[in-house]
Amino acid sequence: MSCALLLLLMSLALAMGTGAAVEIQRPRGVPLSSELENKPFTCLDGSSTIPFDRVNDDYCDCRDGSDEPGTAACPNGSFHCTNAGFRPAFIPSSRINDGICDCCDTTDEYNSGATCQNTCREMGRKERESLQIMAEITKEGFLLKQQLIHEAKRGQEDKQGKLTELQGSKKGLEEKVEALRTVKETAEDPEKEAKERHLKAWEEQKELLRMEKDKTRMAECVTVGDIQRYFRLQSHLELDPDSDGSLSETETQGLLGGADKVDTSTFETVWSGIKDKYLSEGQSEPPAPVETPQEESRDFVSDHDSDHYPEDYAGEEEEDVEDDEEDDHDEEEEEEKVPPTVQTPEKREDDEVSMPPYDTETQSLIDAAQKARDDFDEAERALREVDDQMKNLEKEIGFDFGPSAEFAYLYSQCYELSTSEYIYRLCPFNRVSQKPKFGGSETNLGLWGQWAGPEGNLYSVMKYDHGQGCWQGPNRSTTVKLTCGKETVVTSTSEPSRCEYLMEFTTPAVCQEPASLDEVLHGHTEL
Amino acid sequence: MKLWVCTTEEFPHKLSETVSGKLIFVMFTICTSMRQRALKPGQSPYRALLETLELTNTKLTLQLINDNNKVRLLLELYRLQGNMTRVKINELKPLKPRFEVPDVLINNPPTEPLSLLSQDENGVVLSLGADSQWLIVSAKPFRLDIMEGREVLLSLNSRGLLAFEHLRIPLLTALANGLKRTSNPFSLLFPFSFSPPQYFSPALSIGLHEDGMWEETFKSHTDNKPNGPSSISLDFSLPGVEHVYGIPEHADSLKLKTTDGGDPYRLFNLDVFQYELFNPMALYGAIPVMLSHSAQRTMGIFWLNAAETWVDISSNTGSSETPQTDVRWISESGIIDVFIMLGPTPTDVFSQYASLTGTQAFPPLSALAYHQCRWNYNDQEDVAAVDQGFDEHDIPYDFIWLDIEHTDGKRYFTWDPHKFPQPKDMLQGLMDKRRKMVTIVDPHIKVDSSYKIHNEIRSKGFYVKNKDGGDYEGWCWPGNSGYPDFTNPEMRAWWASMFAYDQYEGSMENMYTWNDMNEPSVFNGPEVTMHKDALHGNWENRDLHNLYGLYVQMATAEGLIERSGGVERPFVLTRAFFAGSQRYGAVWTGDNTAEWEHLKISIPMCLSLGLVGVSFCGADVGGFFKSPSTELLVRWYQTGAYQPFFRAHAHLDTPRREPWLFGPENTALIREAVRQRYALLPYWYQLFYHAHHSGQPVMRPLWVEYPQDTATFSMDDQFLLGRDLLVHPVTEEGGRGVTAYLPGKGEVWFDVHTFQKHNGAQNLYIPVTISSIPVFQRGGSIIPRKARVRRSSSCMEHDPYTLFVALSPKRFAQGELYIDDGHTFNFDKQKQFIHRRLSFANKALSSRNLAPGSQFITPSWIEKIVILGASKPSKATLKTPDGKENLLEFEFDASMSVLTLRKPGVNAGVDWTVVLQ
Repeated sequence: MSCALLLLLMSLALAMGTGAAVEIQRPRGVPLSSELENKPFTCLDGSSTIPFDRVNDDYCDCRDGSDEPGTAACPNGSFHCTNAGFRPAFIPSSRINDGICDCCDTTDEYNSGATCQNTCREMGRKERESLQIMAEITKEGFLLKQQLIHEAKRGQEDKQGKLTELQGSKKGLEEKVEALRTVKETAEDPEKEAKERHLKAWEEQKELLRMEKDKTRMAECVTVGDIQRYFRLQSHLELDPDSDGSLSETETQGLLGGADKVDTSTFETVWSGIKDKYLSEGQSEPPAPVETPQEESRDFVSDHDSDHYPEDYAGEEEEDVEDDEEDDHDEEEEEEKVPPTVQTPEKREDDEVSMPPYDTETQSLIDAAQKARDDFDEAERALREVDDQMKNLEKEIGFDFGPSAEFAYLYSQCYELSTSEYIYRLCPFNRVSQKPKFGGSETNLGLWGQWAGPEGNLYSVMKYDHGQGCWQGPNRSTTVKLTCGKETVVTSTSEPSRCEYLMEFTTPAVCQEPASLDEVLHGHTEL
Repeated sequence: MKLWVCTTEEFPHKLSETVSGKLIFVMFTICTSMRQRALKPGQSPYRALLETLELTNTKLTLQLINDNNKVRLLLELYRLQGNMTRVKINELKPLKPRFEVPDVLINNPPTEPLSLLSQDENGVVLSLGADSQWLIVSAKPFRLDIMEGREVLLSLNSRGLLAFEHLRIPLLTALANGLKRTSNPFSLLFPFSFSPPQYFSPALSIGLHEDGMWEETFKSHTDNKPNGPSSISLDFSLPGVEHVYGIPEHADSLKLKTTDGGDPYRLFNLDVFQYELFNPMALYGAIPVMLSHSAQRTMGIFWLNAAETWVDISSNTGSSETPQTDVRWISESGIIDVFIMLGPTPTDVFSQYASLTGTQAFPPLSALAYHQCRWNYNDQEDVAAVDQGFDEHDIPYDFIWLDIEHTDGKRYFTWDPHKFPQPKDMLQGLMDKRRKMVTIVDPHIKVDSSYKIHNEIRSKGFYVKNKDGGDYEGWCWPGNSGYPDFTNPEMRAWWASMFAYDQYEGSMENMYTWNDMNEPSVFNGPEVTMHKDALHGNWENRDLHNLYGLYVQMATAEGLIERSGGVERPFVLTRAFFAGSQRYGAVWTGDNTAEWEHLKISIPMCLSLGLVGVSFCGADVGGFFKSPSTELLVRWYQTGAYQPFFRAHAHLDTPRREPWLFGPENTALIREAVRQRYALLPYWYQLFYHAHHSGQPVMRPLWVEYPQDTATFSMDDQFLLGRDLLVHPVTEEGGRGVTAYLPGKGEVWFDVHTFQKHNGAQNLYIPVTISSIPVFQRGGSIIPRKARVRRSSSCMEHDPYTLFVALSPKRFAQGELYIDDGHTFNFDKQKQFIHRRLSFANKALSSRNLAPGSQFITPSWIEKIVILGASKPSKATLKTPDGKENLLEFEFDASMSVLTLRKPGVNAGVDWTVVLQ
């Protein structure tokens, strides 16, 4: 508000006395000025000049609407309400005599039949009260803000100091790591050689054992069905000749050369043909029929079903349909729930004879190397820790905490607001989230993005984005509006548009220097 | 639903490619009477038994016999007042009554006597009145021809496709049960989005022709058909006709397409998710009325049947023969009851149809203004903020809408206690700004014993029943829901009483109603609607499905009337509709999408509805699904501002799109579009008065006013409002120009924005910018506007008028001015209105009373008169009845020939004359 206007208002207030009489002496809807009367009126845009009796005659003569400030005749006019006791205002002239009280001094409704009460004094009082309260808050808030700035400055210095300190210790640690790496590598070379020797000897012995065992196994006469069952060939679709998704007995028979029974030598031929594939694929499948009995997995799956899909069994479905469905579930569940890593090659070796222990010489080499490794690892860990600390410090130092770092105190803090349904959580410079009060998992409403206030007031709005995605919609995001307050608290949240949240947050850090406010308040009190 | 399958060689069927690229077999089988023998066009098995002919003062009756099965039908022929013929065919002795549609005709249509001109063994000739029109009944095969002079206007059963499945005892129940299958490959008439791809194999159908007669299955739904097959069919031939229109609702061009090799137009009220365009698939509403038009004559066919209906259209267009269009109607049950409206002009057909089913409800004036809707305005604060936003950005609006989320758990007639704890405060806040609200009330009722509405409906036995007699339940927004039987008049009366202010808590007189989901939508029902074997009293949903939505709106509108003691006009928006729905309020085109094609299709969709009585039509501005680009949103506002029902709406999951959210330039563009609407409200109101009074559509295809101009017959990218405004909205993305066709040889049109004059009968290229809305006023017309656009239409009530007089080349113009209180029935009951004729002739403009019996006092006056195409007078004199004469000041713009008369100041309700010298 300009000083001139303020002056004008004050003089108007003085001149008005009881009010009504003054209104008539000037064209309705314009600020006070006595020079206009009874001279031809030139439209403010200069487009034409009209007799003065055509000003406010309820017909629009000027293109810019300037001849009808007190009527609704011009589409682009504006009407001035004096609003003595409150703030003067301009309203669009289309609101004159529309039956709705817009000016608190009722001057806009002089011919509509609307009964308006003059509420200016009441509004002025309320505004002064709220301004008073606001001024007090601002005053205290601004003091707090100075403190925050001071603390932030000290904190920043501390951090800088800590960082320098860490940089020093980092150097020492780096040297230590390098030294220990050399020690470790020196110890590991002899260890490796000794282990390899040991392993090679064992491999040779193992190969002998395996050949022996294969022979024994194939000495028996087996049926096709046996083979199918034994090797679970049905599930080895890589062997399925027609790729229809199952390996029938006939197809297996085909694999085995057409016989329904095979003797050792035949099978040995066939076996060597499919063995490689079978074995390589076999890692993700139970390798032997004795493992994972069907019953067991079925029980597990059925239990699961009855817990989670009770509806599937409700109603009057026929028995066999139900069974079918259950089977379907079995297959699905087995695939989904049994991780393929259950059967590891290591585990398979348990069947066989395990490797003999290392001899004492090898073992002592191993122990020495292990010690060197542990020492090295520990030094490295210590270095990493220092690195992390430094990174965090640098990140924090690098944050834009406002012109005087007054927002720094919010860092690594979180503030909550509980509504009827959710608990909202704002962790400034980090994230916003929402958690249902009565169970359910937390939803990420956005990660720290940037300051997003309007030009000149950048630090009044925070933007958090890239939150959890919405169905058919954008990722969730939150706009946090900051207002001056003595306390740091989330005052409200809303979701004005689907998945776009709005949070209001008070903090002393945005409190303005109260001087300017005092002026306004002062000015008003005088009216 | 689909009937059942006969062998493909013997019975008519279709094999077609659907939009989704799936091969869908669509079969129409009227097998009952035809199973034993082939049915080919021209070989109808029906024969008229002339010896049974009886002619009374009001009708002719005659028995028909199907020579294949000896089943007899009864034909009734009526000559109706106003140049219409009614043809009714029912079974002579049905096992039980067949459904005849009630509550659609506004009365028993008055008849005129038919006279027998001649009779022999081949048939009879009847006179249809003085204008040399005859009705010829041919006996073998049975056929009807309506002639004028030597010319056939229309023939029935000329292709022998009359078919009537008589009701029978279910002898075949056992067999049918034996053939019960878990999935029926012939469940093919369901909408394609819902239907699995199906491939028809002719071999499969042979031997299965009993299937589906007494029961059929779609997905997991089984349709019990205790009455067995009951379908009906009849063909119509229209010699000389190449253009047929109507039968909404379809997202298709205005001119109906031939369905040869494609799917038929389907009429079956369905809640369709993301409907596809240029597709004959069924949508939310059904009006079984088709108009035919040629340069010589306009006629209409009204097939009064509320069961699922299909319409096939074929045409010989392109061949060298005389053009002819053949139409075939098929319905799943009921009787044949068809009204042939003989025109001959478009206006005549509109009047004829209005005389049967009534006219458009005359809405409160504010309902013609702008509506702001969204699924959902979240809470009272949100409503207040949006309301405030309109004021801050100086954009007028009249109604803000609340979708389903405002309720307490989707229990209609209630409010969410947290979001809307003080609905009356909210409504009072709106009332203080002279604005209004609409809340949604859907017909599915949450099954919840702590919900009063449910308990009352259940205890009164008002729910639709399932085939076993229990309350029918289905899944909808609230979860498990019951569906009140709106076909029951007691139920409707009870429903209406629920809108009383003391029943609907938190409601006030500025709160109106929206009926959505009234197809009805049943999420877990077949095709997302009610099972066909659900029972409404004694009738199956199968018989009256398409009527349900009409009844919902009827009962709701009645409720709004009753709550005001019969004083206030209601405003109710519906999604589902039927013939006659125009009497109860407005219709919108359902859940469209924020795409340019959907903006374009809004024009033919509303034009089609207007042709069959429903003038109060609109599409969701901006598009319901998805989010529009800013350009699309602006263009949609510009288009919507010139369509009858003007409401922005958006899906829950879309970003907010109130008009001020797209930067100041776009806010200004939208503000301007909305303001153009408000300025024209006097004209819109007058058009709706006429729609209400005489059934003339508000939004019209050009051919309605230029019936001989063949260039206009297929146009649906531009339209007329009344007869005086031509609108060609920009509906192309990045559009830099449109080519508008200005009709009328020797006529002129004035650009309403620049006042530039253009000659008629030309294609005019108009360069456009983002602010352009090409609109033209017909030379020879006078249009009243209110130039002072305010916050809401109510605020403009007493504002003065500006008259836009567009002179014809002969310096003549005519128009009207209609004024009443804008919201009560007093215009009707107490003749409280002003209706004036404005005419310009011989250099004088005058206002004369058109309704001497009426009276109404308005403070509104004539602010300004703008005469387009004028020459400069030396003086202008206003003469008023008191004998006073005043000189008027004026301005003359020679470059555009625009004369503006300054402030006549005369009251809008009195006689006056302005003489130019």
